Amino acid sequence: MANEINRREFLKLTGLGSVGVVFASALPGMASAAAQDDFYFVQLSDSHWGFEGPPNPDAKVTLKKAVASVNSLEYQPDFVVFTGDLTHTTDNPVERRKRMSEFKEIVSELKVKTVRFMPGEHDASLDNGKAFKEFFGATNYTFDHKGVHFIALDNVSDPRALIGDEQLAWLAADLKRQKTEAPIVVLTHRPLFDLAPQWDWATRDGAKAIELLMPYKNVTVFYGHIHQEHHQMTGHIAHHAAKGLMFPLPAPGSQPNRTPLPWNPAEPYKGLGFRGVDAELKEAEYKITEYPVVKKA
Amino acid sequence: MTLSGKGLRIAATTAILAAASVVTYVAAQSAEPKEKVIKITAKRFDYTPGNLTLKKGEPVILEFTTLDVLMGFNLPDFNLRADIVPDKVTRVRLVPDKTGTFTFLCDIFCGARHEEMNGRITVVD
Repeated sequence: MANEINRREFLKLTGLGSVGVVFASALPGMASAAAQDDFYFVQLSDSHWGFEGPPNPDAKVTLKKAVASVNSLEYQPDFVVFTGDLTHTTDNPVERRKRMSEFKEIVSELKVKTVRFMPGEHDASLDNGKAFKEFFGATNYTFDHKGVHFIALDNVSDPRALIGDEQLAWLAADLKRQKTEAPIVVLTHRPLFDLAPQWDWATRDGAKAIELLMPYKNVTVFYGHIHQEHHQMTGHIAHHAAKGLMFPLPAPGSQPNRTPLPWNPAEPYKGLGFRGVDAELKEAEYKITEYPVVKKA
Repeated sequence: MTLSGKGLRIAATTAILAAASVVTYVAAQSAEPKEKVIKITAKRFDYTPGNLTLKKGEPVILEFTTLDVLMGFNLPDFNLRADIVPDKVTRVRLVPDKTGTFTFLCDIFCGARHEEMNGRITVVD
C-alpha cells in the first residue's frame, strides 16, 4: 500500500496549494464494505467545446490545457468521467457533430484510457441525445468499480429537464439489486434537487430519483451544470457540483441572471478546474480535490 | 407496493390534479371576465413583454403564445409553470399575493441563448 500512502500525501499537498481546495465528507457505513479497495477518479465537467466569447478568450485551448493538467498528475486516476456539456450547443446538427468529434479527439490525449461520458443539455437537449449517442454511447448506464456501484443518470436528453418515468423505473430496478449499505455514486449533469429553480438549476423530477435513493445508506452524487464547486445534503445524500472548464457562473441566486463571470486577465482561468475524488473506503470517506486548469506560476 | 412505485403513483396523481386545475380555470374564465389578460409572446430567446408590473391581490391571466418552438414558462416563487406549445394559446392564472420582483424563465431547453430567456414580474401594493 506504499503507493496508496504516497498518492494520499500527493492529494493532500495539491489540495493545500494556492488555488486548490480539499473537501472531505464522511460517509458512515463505508468501512463495513469488505471487498472494496481505495481508488481515485477524476471528474471533469462543462467543457462547452465550441463556445466563443469574452467570458473565455482562451476557449480554443482551455480543454487541451485541462487534458494536459490531468495527464500531469503525478498519480493517474483509475478513470475519468465527464459530467456533461462536453460541447456548447448549436442549432446546426452538422456543427454539433463536428464539435463532438473535435472534443473526442482532444480528450483522446488523456493518458487514462477509461473515460466515461455523460451528456449535458447543450449536448443532448436539442436532439434528445441523438448525436451524443452516436459519439459516446448510452446516456444512462451503470458500472461497478472496486466495490462501488456507479449510476449515470440522464436528466438532459429530455429538454424539459426530466429524467422520465422510463429511466426512473430503470433506476428503481437497478437499485433493487443493491444492498442498502452498498456504496453508490450517482453521476449526473443537473442538480437532482432544487438548487436555484429561478435559474433552471434543478431537475423537474429529480425528487423522484432522490426518493428512490433514500433507502440506501451510502449515496453520493457528483454533478456539473452550475460551473462552480457546491456541496449540499438532501438528508444523508451528499451532492457535489464540479467547476466547469469554460467559464464560471455566479453563486446560486446571487444576482438576477445566471450570466458568466467575466474573464479576469490578471487571474486567467480563475474559477475553472476539475476534481479528483479519492474513494478511501476503508476510512469511510471520499476526499475531493479541486484542481485549476493551469497552475499558478 | 414498493416505495418507488408509491412515489410514481403520487406524482401521477399530482399531474392529473394540475391538469384538472387548468380545465377548471378555462371553464371559469368566462364567468370572471373582469380579470385582466396579459398577452405574452415567446420566441427564442425572450418574452415580449419581459417585464410586468402587477398589483398585489389582483389576479391576472397570462396568455402565452410561441412564435417558434416549444417553450416553458416557470415562475418558481409562485409555483407556477406551463408548456407554451406552438399553435396553441396557454393561459396561466396568477394571483400576485406577495410583493417583490420575481424571475420567470423558459425551462425547456430551446437553443444557444436559452439561459438568457427570462423575465421579471414586479408585484406592488
